[in-house]
Amino acid sequence: MSLQATTWQTVGPYFRIGLQYLDTFDLAPAGTAGERFAVEGSVLDGEGNPVPDAVIEIWQADSNGTYTGASVDESSATFTGFGRIPADDDGRFRFTTIRPGQVPGPGGAMQATHLAVRVMMRGLLKGLVTRMYFPTDAVTSDPILKLIPEQRRGTLIAAVDSSRDATLLWNIQLQGERETVFFDC
Amino acid sequence: MNDNLLKHEEATTRPRDAVDSKSLPDPVVGYRRPSLGTQPDYLHSPYVSSISRSPRLPLIKLPHTLTEVTGPVFSPKLVSSATADLTTQHSGLAIGERIIVSGRVLDENGNPLRNTLVEVWQANACGRYLHKRDQHDAPLDPNFSGEGRVMTDENGRYQFMTIKPGAYPWRNHHNAWRPAHIHFSLFGPAFVTRLVTQMYFPGDPLLPSDPIFNCTADENARNRLISQFDWEMVQPEFALAFKFDLILRGRDETPFED
Repeated sequence: MSLQATTWQTVGPYFRIGLQYLDTFDLAPAGTAGERFAVEGSVLDGEGNPVPDAVIEIWQADSNGTYTGASVDESSATFTGFGRIPADDDGRFRFTTIRPGQVPGPGGAMQATHLAVRVMMRGLLKGLVTRMYFPTDAVTSDPILKLIPEQRRGTLIAAVDSSRDATLLWNIQLQGERETVFFDC
Repeated sequence: MNDNLLKHEEATTRPRDAVDSKSLPDPVVGYRRPSLGTQPDYLHSPYVSSISRSPRLPLIKLPHTLTEVTGPVFSPKLVSSATADLTTQHSGLAIGERIIVSGRVLDENGNPLRNTLVEVWQANACGRYLHKRDQHDAPLDPNFSGEGRVMTDENGRYQFMTIKPGAYPWRNHHNAWRPAHIHFSLFGPAFVTRLVTQMYFPGDPLLPSDPIFNCTADENARNRLISQFDWEMVQPEFALAFKFDLILRGRDETPFED
């Protein structure tokens, strides 16, 4: 039997009605093992304007590099690896999580620590998939980053905020000179 | 390796008793890529918002790794009889034409997807969303929030009760009106099986002029977004019914045959 996947449509401007019950600003509740970080950034459109009506979803491994499969519920009492973070009225997003462990990639090569990220908003007919990499030495040998033209790889690697502890900065830019790398996956 | 990882590998890779996964160059079985024209392009200029919000540079083809073939698991506690009936979430009944929406969630190989979360949201019967940015001059219904969710059963079936949403104007072009629709959000088994879409109603005269409905080039693919009137599910003297099946991406190879 062969069927065709249903076509995507935009989440539109009013997705919060159906999606905000699972907003997750802290993916790593108390007791979660691992090094804790805040991630902050903006979603920016082709004119450089912040997008206030975007939502990002995160999927990540735990600190051992395991995709845990722990159930997501509204209590957010355990680490599940899933997070849903809406941009605020200024197009900014912020969440806290732990640095995931490394997971295997193509050919068995280990991937550098990363979050899988999907961006959705009015004007996007289909979710955009990208990744946020933690700024570790492993990014230089990451098998997925190697598929990307060198001058664009930096758009996926978060920057350390030198003025604050354990804070990473990462913007999602839809167009322009620093357009974020998005994946066909 | 702990038990959770082992469990996940069983679900996401070739059967482990066949070959030790560590000895395989790439044990991950990926998901099928869409057939040409069956998914929208990011830039569809008749939909004006897509112009400044679609990427300009080519996407990078991503091989599916453990990251892409695993995905969140959702607790049955997220759904209840209250989340499955959008007409009775307040002190009074929601205003509008009561409808039952049901269908199946399958993967591209025809396998039913069990225990899959289905999130829905919609405008009220007058075409107004309960959202601060919706300025349409139509009344809100104090008895309708427009938010629901259900989980598929053992056969991949889902069902919820709601009211038929109204059409509403938007500013995309002169005299632009969105056809009546219900937003659907599903996850399926993996990060790459995620689907967000909209369900439309048969015979809606606004469909041919709607740039969002028409963003998918393949006519058959887009027409599958139109639900079917469903006599079998109509409840006499109570509610009309519409059927809407959803297909999530299937694996390139499946470890189990039907």
